Amino acid sequence: MSLLDVSNVSLSFGGIRAIDGVSFTVKPGEVFTIVGPNGAGKSSLFNLISRIYEPADGAIRFDGRDLLACQAHEVIELGVARTFQNIELFDHATVLDNLLIGRHSRRRTRWFEDLLFLPRVRREERAHRRQVEEVIDFLELAAYRDRMIQGLPYGVRKVVEIAQALVAEPRLLLLDEPASGLSMEETESMAWWIEDMQKDLGLTIVMVEHDMGLVSQVSDRVLAIAEGRPLAEGTPAEIRAHPEVIRAWLGGVEEA
Amino acid sequence: MDTLQLLIAGIANGCIYGLIALGFVLIYKASESVNFAQGDMMILGAFLAIALINTNQADLPFLLGLALAGLTLGVFGYLLDALLLRRVFGQPQLTMVVLTIALGFVLRFIIGAIWGHDPVGLESPVAGERLTIGALTIPLVDVVIIGATVFLVAVLWLFFARTRLGLAMQASSQNQMAAYYMGIPVKRVVSLVWAMSGVVAAIAGVLFAAKGAVEPSAGLVFGIKAFAAAVIGGLGSLPGALAGGLLIGVMEPFAGRYLPSHVAQVSPYVLMLVVLIVRPSGLFAQMKQKKV
Repeated sequence: MSLLDVSNVSLSFGGIRAIDGVSFTVKPGEVFTIVGPNGAGKSSLFNLISRIYEPADGAIRFDGRDLLACQAHEVIELGVARTFQNIELFDHATVLDNLLIGRHSRRRTRWFEDLLFLPRVRREERAHRRQVEEVIDFLELAAYRDRMIQGLPYGVRKVVEIAQALVAEPRLLLLDEPASGLSMEETESMAWWIEDMQKDLGLTIVMVEHDMGLVSQVSDRVLAIAEGRPLAEGTPAEIRAHPEVIRAWLGGVEEA
Repeated sequence: MDTLQLLIAGIANGCIYGLIALGFVLIYKASESVNFAQGDMMILGAFLAIALINTNQADLPFLLGLALAGLTLGVFGYLLDALLLRRVFGQPQLTMVVLTIALGFVLRFIIGAIWGHDPVGLESPVAGERLTIGALTIPLVDVVIIGATVFLVAVLWLFFARTRLGLAMQASSQNQMAAYYMGIPVKRVVSLVWAMSGVVAAIAGVLFAAKGAVEPSAGLVFGIKAFAAAVIGGLGSLPGALAGGLLIGVMEPFAGRYLPSHVAQVSPYVLMLVVLIVRPSGLFAQMKQKKV
């Protein structure tokens, strides 16, 4: 049984076919990576899954439910969280506040209950804070807990964004280029975080990434796409050795 | 004593400016544009309250009339955003500026067409009452205005600091994309901010009309002065809006007393210019600049 089932999706911008008939399935508990040259449509695929873009064609199902029937703000409730290539955080707030707002989708209290700070609200608030502290411990963010996002190093912000996704207790985590802009050391720790999230938290992870070292280290399966079309699917080693893939990356034949 | 008297009158006026300036800031944070119909929404609220409360009209109890006027403006604000402004979302900021200026004209026209152009006052339970403390005589309505503003601001503060919706509003104003993926329905939240600013405008309108007579076009000048207040405070800051409103409110009676009348009239704008030159982002600016 697959957790995420993307079948034959297409996406057009005006006359341009950004994604053309891509299908893949992701099994529970695996790390599935999408690779491809710039402009291949990797981020667009993510934006389809997280409902920023509307596909022209195809179906996306998460845990048997039709994801295309959801709006962008509803996917988190189903258990799909994501990060962004360029980091989308609340820059004028602290790490802690960013993580607390990350619990938004798990909050159940009504505004008038909040306003009066009823016992139920207090109980819930304590639970939210406990959950947030667990994630802070897990990703070793304690040192940055009360710092503003604005002043944090890029590499730390990347981890905070993952933490913000984790506090919502997702089942599927979409990581859009988790290692972009990171140093070698930071990329190494990113690999550990990903392995920990898979093994300790039992998360299913779909990732878009350029760094083939990281991809090989953490991925169970890899899908290579180019120009919006699927090229090959297999283990990291298979993909690296695949003639089509090598041609698309190194040959530059299809650069438009 | 005279100074104290002027000060209290100024603070009461400033509270109303501050509430309208608050409306400007709420909308600026939610929609990243300015609602130039804010003053006219306030006057609409005032006239609705007059129609509901005054004895020669519907003659409802004061608080019921106030609640109904607030509710109506709240629904008005919500629908205004949901049906009209959402369609120009993503357009240059100027689009919404022009749209709300036009809306202001339409509102002034409609108010005039329904209720006429003569100044009318709102009959409030505290009308004409005075509070005497020693040699100091304060109109009771001023005390009520100050008290109501403090209460409203406290509720708003609690709302933004504590409630899930208030936090969602703050989050949406900082980063809409991130807000979506926290599970916040950003569009609906923005409409709710418009509803909120409608309610605040109605309350300000009721306080304004309880203090003296209103006429349909009063919202224009009042709105512009309140906008100056919001700019003085730094357009992105709620406490700043209140402080700016109080500053302008207190300044007016003193300028009126001690300066020639033609100078007194422009004093709020002079203050705005000075602040813009000395501190371009306003007195209470939180953000330096938006990163692109």
